[in-house]
Amino acid sequence: MTSILFPVSPSAEVLADRQPDCFSDLNLDQIVAAIIAGKEEYNLKPFFHLALIDHEGILYRQNVFADIENTQVLENVRRFATRMHDMRAHVAQSEKMRNTYEAEAWFLEAIAMYCEAVRELATQLDAAAPQSIGFERFRQYLLRYVGSSAFRALVAEKEQVESQLAGVRYSILVQNGGFSVLRYDNEADYGAVIDETFEKFKRSAATDYLVTFKERSPEMNHIEAQILIFVAKLFPDELGHLNRFCKRHRVYVDDVIARFDREVQFYVSYLEYIDKLRGAGLSVCYPVIAQGSDKCIFGNNIFDMALAHKLIGAQSSVVCNDFSLDGEERMIVVTGPNQGGKTTFARTFGQVHYLAAIGCPIAGSDARLYLFDNLFTHFEREESIENLRGKLEDDLHRLHEIIETATPASIVILNEIFTSTTIHDAVFLSRHVMEQLLSHDVLGVWVTFIDELSSLSPKTVSMVSTVVPDQPAMRTFKVVRRVADGLAYALAIAEKYHVTYNALLERIPS
Amino acid sequence: MYPDRDFDIEHPLPWNALDLAQDLELNALFTAMSREDKFLYEVTRRAVFSSISDIATIRYRQAILADCLAYPDALRQMYAIAVEAEEGKRGYYWISSGRYPSSTLTGAVGLLEFCVGILRKLRKATDAYHEAFRSPGFKTLCATLKEELSDDYFDVVEAHLKRLKFKGGALISARLGAGNKGVDYILRRPNHPDRNWFERLFGGGPDAYSYQLHPRDEAGARALSSLRDRGLNRVANAAAQAADHILSFLKLLRAELGFYVACLNVHTKLIEKGEPICFPDVSESNIRRHWFKGLYDVSLALTISDRVVGNDVDADDSEVVVVTGANRGGKSVFLRSIGLAQLMMQCGMFVGAEAFAANTCVGLYTHYKREEDSSMTHGKFAEEISRMDEIAGYLHPNSLVLFNESFAATNDREGSEIARQIVAALLEKRIKIFYVTHLYKFARTLWEEKAHKATFLRAERQSDGSRTYKLAVGEPLETSFGEDLYNEIFLAEKQRT
Repeated sequence: MTSILFPVSPSAEVLADRQPDCFSDLNLDQIVAAIIAGKEEYNLKPFFHLALIDHEGILYRQNVFADIENTQVLENVRRFATRMHDMRAHVAQSEKMRNTYEAEAWFLEAIAMYCEAVRELATQLDAAAPQSIGFERFRQYLLRYVGSSAFRALVAEKEQVESQLAGVRYSILVQNGGFSVLRYDNEADYGAVIDETFEKFKRSAATDYLVTFKERSPEMNHIEAQILIFVAKLFPDELGHLNRFCKRHRVYVDDVIARFDREVQFYVSYLEYIDKLRGAGLSVCYPVIAQGSDKCIFGNNIFDMALAHKLIGAQSSVVCNDFSLDGEERMIVVTGPNQGGKTTFARTFGQVHYLAAIGCPIAGSDARLYLFDNLFTHFEREESIENLRGKLEDDLHRLHEIIETATPASIVILNEIFTSTTIHDAVFLSRHVMEQLLSHDVLGVWVTFIDELSSLSPKTVSMVSTVVPDQPAMRTFKVVRRVADGLAYALAIAEKYHVTYNALLERIPS
Repeated sequence: MYPDRDFDIEHPLPWNALDLAQDLELNALFTAMSREDKFLYEVTRRAVFSSISDIATIRYRQAILADCLAYPDALRQMYAIAVEAEEGKRGYYWISSGRYPSSTLTGAVGLLEFCVGILRKLRKATDAYHEAFRSPGFKTLCATLKEELSDDYFDVVEAHLKRLKFKGGALISARLGAGNKGVDYILRRPNHPDRNWFERLFGGGPDAYSYQLHPRDEAGARALSSLRDRGLNRVANAAAQAADHILSFLKLLRAELGFYVACLNVHTKLIEKGEPICFPDVSESNIRRHWFKGLYDVSLALTISDRVVGNDVDADDSEVVVVTGANRGGKSVFLRSIGLAQLMMQCGMFVGAEAFAANTCVGLYTHYKREEDSSMTHGKFAEEISRMDEIAGYLHPNSLVLFNESFAATNDREGSEIARQIVAALLEKRIKIFYVTHLYKFARTLWEEKAHKATFLRAERQSDGSRTYKLAVGEPLETSFGEDLYNEIFLAEKQRT
């Protein structure tokens, strides 16, 4: 069985729908929610939750992505999806119908849509010549399926039934309190007769008196149903054939095709999402994947996708950042002023790694990223500061668990832990945690106010969120590789708001 | 109105309509023509302003107008029928607002029945005068109505209107659409309308199945009537459009006949006063012709109770006519009579004269001196020049421009020079000019040039200083006899005291 998402089908257990722990810290939950919005019928979430894709699996998906980025392929897939969607709607409609002839007509239409969708996709995929293994396997499968005698027989009979029904013409004589149904006998179109009769008076364009009727429901009312029953009596061959055809083809959708229809939406929805980013001038790229002991990684012009979506909506510009770890460098320690983009930087680092690990293009102009076995995050959340003691305790428990579980192949992202204790304690605790993480050789980002963490070891790299040189109150949201300088630029902000010593002296009356 | 096309009552008025109306006192003419009927006023305005330069069309209208003068009753009767259509249709105004084809159809059928009545009357009225009319316009109208609205045609139409009431039910065809739901509901004309439907359908047989609604099945009745509406949609549209077309035909007829009714109106008034009228002898616009006897100002004649003085002039071949002479000597009235005659001639009317011959013009423009500009955008002279600038944007060869004391808002030397340059340029462009002026230097220069076969007219003054209001050919004089006025007013006062 072929899958467009997996070179080798994963076990059902792995596919179980459980959101990874890092999701909410990294705002991946927001990103995924935005990606799959409007695609609920495909139940795509589990695909995004399964991060443990192997190296081969990532390449498999990256190549499928590259194929779908070809507008022709994307267009084909979209048309196919629309038809399959309509087909399901028709089946659902059919099941609601009380009148047999009506239900069968909807079912016939569903089959017709399926045949058309499959045939069209087969032809177009063949013409578009996709390059990826995933698409190539599916293309071959589809061609075999379309050429099979079973499918051809289905199409042929469907067309026969359709043409028989199209030939059914009847007339209704509407009278007071009732009606009669009879075969149509080539009677003249009375509207045309009237037009012709008064033709001689025509000189200029006329007002249009045609009424547009709104279809409130696809279902028939009992009068229409009764008419259809009479029509069935007048045309027993045509409607009888429809009935037999529907009965014989209760199940008609191929499993592999149905699976493709769902799985390919993983790519389509993701591309739609990043298209908005590209539309705003941001770069998206396919990262190179490093693995094993090779931990030299970098990311250029990376940015937080969740934030970017918000900013694009508000017409604001998005700040991109770079990072790189070489040689024995493992841990990026980010310090700098408040509201300077430190947390965003940490999130971005996590996002690009996670999304790369599920085979997706990432937010950045180019990157080489590490394929982790586990991505641990610990972000402090304001709302949870209700009990200082409990909080610190919780933090330590959680960190302990991370340190116990982490392997040299793990990534750890910590964001301002130990703020709920004294600076003395915080330095002490941080040093210990840092030492253990470094001894594990994990990759990571640590956002902190404790500058000295950044120079603890050759494995640590110092990065600082920056301000505009002449206007320290302005944040650039740029995080750059630089020695931590301990400046928080708080004074600048105080001046801006006239709450410095001198300003307050002047403002406050004596 | 035209041998080959419809009269466009919506046609925009020329840009200078207001100037023309003001300078030529057209309101007096329009009021007399319309007898204060709003519709006729509108028609008159459009007709007079949409000045035609095509001689064939002018003669076409002249012939029709001659028929009208000969058989005024026929015209008024036909016009009354067209008016009746316009008034009568108001009872059916609701058809256009129908949201249900069945009610649109009912309305349209009613309106069509009404229209058929009007058309029958019209046909009868034209039949009566068919032989008497001599103009191609009326002859064509009568013949067309006779041919197109034959008795057979009326029979066919009435049979349709009767059938569209569906006494025997409405036959609607359909086919199976999505979900086997009926689509393409189209009303059909039964092939055998005379056969008894009831017998055919309810007498059994395998080819028809019938259903009777339960009397309390309101949803069913609604469904059935909605289905019927779908079937009637197209035919309702066709019938409503047919009614619209007939009404617009009658409306057009009313407008076209209305113009001639308006001509009759003013004719009656002038004849009652004993003023002469004549059909002008029209020449092509590139010819230079202005020859007339007893040409008078129709607007003035319609305004005052006394007879007005007419002028006799032979300005054939002249490209420019310069009028000088005594104040209050009838110069402005003369210039107005020229403009009015031109407009009346070019809409196919008679003119106020014993005899009149002129060439048509491509656009008639007036440049009269104006009151001080109240908006203070321009000084008086600048205002004149800017108006000239505007007019110049519209001028063509063979246009006609009437200047009345133009460019006098400065000294004689400058005014003359401006006038001279403008006139010289216009003449070069083959534009015909009538110029009333006190600019002696300007008039004198033209006189001395003796070019363009200029005609010079002078308001006459008797040796006792009294005015005849007659113009005579004569060279421009250096005085306008302002002294006369001074004397008349000041000395008369003195004498009284």
